[in-house]
Amino acid sequence: MRVVKAILSHPSGRIGGVIVLVYLLVALLGAVGLTPHDPLMQYRIDRLHAPTSSYWMGTDLFGRDVMSRLMKGIGQSFTVAFFSVALATLAGTVLGLTAAWFGGRWDTVMMRFMDVLLAFPAILLALLIVTIVGPGTWTSVAAISIVYTPIFTRVVRGPALSLKARDFVDAARTFGSSRSYILTRHLLLNLVAPLTVQVTLALAWALLTEAGLSFLGLGTQPPASSLGLMLSDARNLMEQAPWLLAFPAVAIMLSILGFNLLGDALRDILDPKTRRA
Amino acid sequence: MAPEMKPILSVRDLHVSFGPAASAKEVVHGVSFDLGVGEVLAIVGESGSGKSVTALSTNRLIDYAGGRITSGTIELLRADGSVLDVTCAGRQELTGIRGAEIGVIFQEPMTSLNPVLTIGAQIEESFRLHRGLTGAQARDAAREALERVRIPDAERRLKATPNELSGGMLQRVMIAMALACNPRLLIADEPTTALDVTVQAQIMALLAELRRETGMSMIFISHDIGLVAGIADRVIVMQDGRVVEQGDLGDILDKPQHPYTQHLLHAVPHFSSGVAARTDGARMAAPLPRPTLEVDDLVVRYPLKGGWFSKPVGAVHAVDGVGFDLLPGETLAIVGESGSGKSTTARAVLGLVAPTRGAFAVEAQAARPGQSRLPVQMVFQNPYASLNPRLSVEQILAEPVIATGASPDKAVRDRMAALLKRVGLPEDSLARYPHQFSGGQRQRLCIARALMLNPSVVVLDEAVSALDVSVQARVLELLVDLQHEYGLAYLFISHDMAVVERIAHRVAVMYAGQIVEIGDAKSVLSDPQHPYTKKLIEAVPTIDRRKQHFELDTRQVPSLVRPVGYEPPAATWMQYGADHKVRADA
Repeated sequence: MRVVKAILSHPSGRIGGVIVLVYLLVALLGAVGLTPHDPLMQYRIDRLHAPTSSYWMGTDLFGRDVMSRLMKGIGQSFTVAFFSVALATLAGTVLGLTAAWFGGRWDTVMMRFMDVLLAFPAILLALLIVTIVGPGTWTSVAAISIVYTPIFTRVVRGPALSLKARDFVDAARTFGSSRSYILTRHLLLNLVAPLTVQVTLALAWALLTEAGLSFLGLGTQPPASSLGLMLSDARNLMEQAPWLLAFPAVAIMLSILGFNLLGDALRDILDPKTRRA
Repeated sequence: MAPEMKPILSVRDLHVSFGPAASAKEVVHGVSFDLGVGEVLAIVGESGSGKSVTALSTNRLIDYAGGRITSGTIELLRADGSVLDVTCAGRQELTGIRGAEIGVIFQEPMTSLNPVLTIGAQIEESFRLHRGLTGAQARDAAREALERVRIPDAERRLKATPNELSGGMLQRVMIAMALACNPRLLIADEPTTALDVTVQAQIMALLAELRRETGMSMIFISHDIGLVAGIADRVIVMQDGRVVEQGDLGDILDKPQHPYTQHLLHAVPHFSSGVAARTDGARMAAPLPRPTLEVDDLVVRYPLKGGWFSKPVGAVHAVDGVGFDLLPGETLAIVGESGSGKSTTARAVLGLVAPTRGAFAVEAQAARPGQSRLPVQMVFQNPYASLNPRLSVEQILAEPVIATGASPDKAVRDRMAALLKRVGLPEDSLARYPHQFSGGQRQRLCIARALMLNPSVVVLDEAVSALDVSVQARVLELLVDLQHEYGLAYLFISHDMAVVERIAHRVAVMYAGQIVEIGDAKSVLSDPQHPYTKKLIEAVPTIDRRKQHFELDTRQVPSLVRPVGYEPPAATWMQYGADHKVRADA
């Protein structure tokens, strides 16, 4: 509750929070099918119709309602982003915590492997993985989570190393507290703040990577819709039907802006150094 | 000090606030004082008393810390005879007086120096900036500056980086830099608080000598009225941003008027060479009870590896052949300087450090170190670091219980409430978080946590060192009371002889990883036998030794690095009195 209040009183947190909330609502509506039209229904007579009162965002080449497809697409893109970030957070936290706790050879091997992954540009690495495994929604989830795991590993490992050396961990050892208790209560609990910030920012990157993969035809497969796929379809019709390009593009941009603003606000709020008294 | 001369610094009704103008919080409320040429003024007070803020207002360094002088005047007599009001001086004038007329040394020499530049480069910089020296000239000046603060082998030290020098050496470097431009006023902000007691004595001796040589004035900020007694001409006592008393050193020490000054002088532990040592020791009883803790021939070594194949090239003998026993209800204080192995000894007893060899016995249950959990608990030095900020007090106190595999039930919660009450914390503490408590309260919380499992031995590693002096006294009282109540044995690690005198029944002096003297507190503190113990006790500042002249000593501490397989010669002990023995140096 305290965090929600703090977000609302933070200028960029307010804007980011509202944007993200609206997107979540839209994604939910899209997911349960509460769209103005059936996103897959082809209204042949209304092909490439400009925005009107019945098609608020116009129709595409097959006469499908852009707004319905956009809502469905946002749902699809967010699903991929959430699952991939959740997996990356889980994997990164486990790897980072164990690397920091056990140290030694495990730490060295793990972190060098993460360095190798980090050396590839995100979209290139995702492309590589998808090309090997084959396109599809769940392979994009897997690919994107692998791409962002190293970032979470690093975000966890650094603070975990310094927490491990703190007196309260030594104190726990003198009580004979179990390893799992120390890892969860003393390390993980103190990592919640940096992780929250990282999750918010990673959601924005994951959305962008998903859009990139779908744009290249390796993510979500037609006839399902996703933001990247809609962009890709609209590419050749840019001059006849600019709305096809404009709406998904703006949707991607706004969502990333929203997550970034929210992430910045959370960083300010949760970081004790910038926290206002 | 010539009374007819104008004071070098004249502060009138100084008010300093922090924070934005609308919600400014005033921390210094109308401080006035004069500082004569060549005079040493000590500002004494506890943290938050405004002593540093007052001193750092005189060169407006306080601006950088977010402070603002809201009213009052600070008149500085400059070298050319003109008088400058620092409160309304411009940026250029301020740059002119900083370093050149007012030098400052801070508490932490380690963080005040740039770790990647050599000492030489950093000293030369101040000569370049203020005196316009270049190249070889600057280098010569830097060497002379180091020689002036009695750093041996100055030529070589110039090429060292800060991590290669000890804390005492670094503080000398800081003094050399502060004095580079011959300032007429030196502000020393707790310059020895982070240093060992013998090093502190060296720094104090150096400051006194430099003052005699240069005739500079000095503002010496300290929380320790005993330390101030060795150097000050006049003393200002501050509390909550106000001067509660000021006067000549003798008057303040002998005829304190204000209750707070009296409190600082009497309630706070001062070292008195064993006079105040405790007399309720367990060794007074005729048949000695069984020891709660016996440590025999404890050795902790860290291998040093070098070369291409990580061959062992030697070992750091952190603790070498330490043995002692501890009776129920008894306090053994281990004293020594940083690097003497006293903390490593404590950590080995707790199982936080794996001993190379040695045997422990706790309450006659012989146990090899690390094999079983010992009924030994610990209270750490820093109460801010030893409590997890994300856990509530209830969760913190429950941890030792959970560690034993039990679940915190009603009986446990009752014990929590009883212990909290016993250590003097409010009853509604259970739902609160560590940041809602002051340093002293947190340390009480740590003590309560250590007592949750009803241990027989509590290791207190510098447990009161991070606390303000008057809080220190109250926590010590609590520890003594708890000792009587629960029959606790304390292993009390400290560098502070005044605190040790208040709590210890027996004292063990550690030097270079070994115990060099051990015995009854009164006997060891009043009649030290080993040369190192003598040096250590002589170095303790006391209010009885005023304006004492310390001998400068530039010897280095011996290295603890030994070749592979080295075994120290067996100790031979000489007995002095019933319970007091001293290691005979080979």
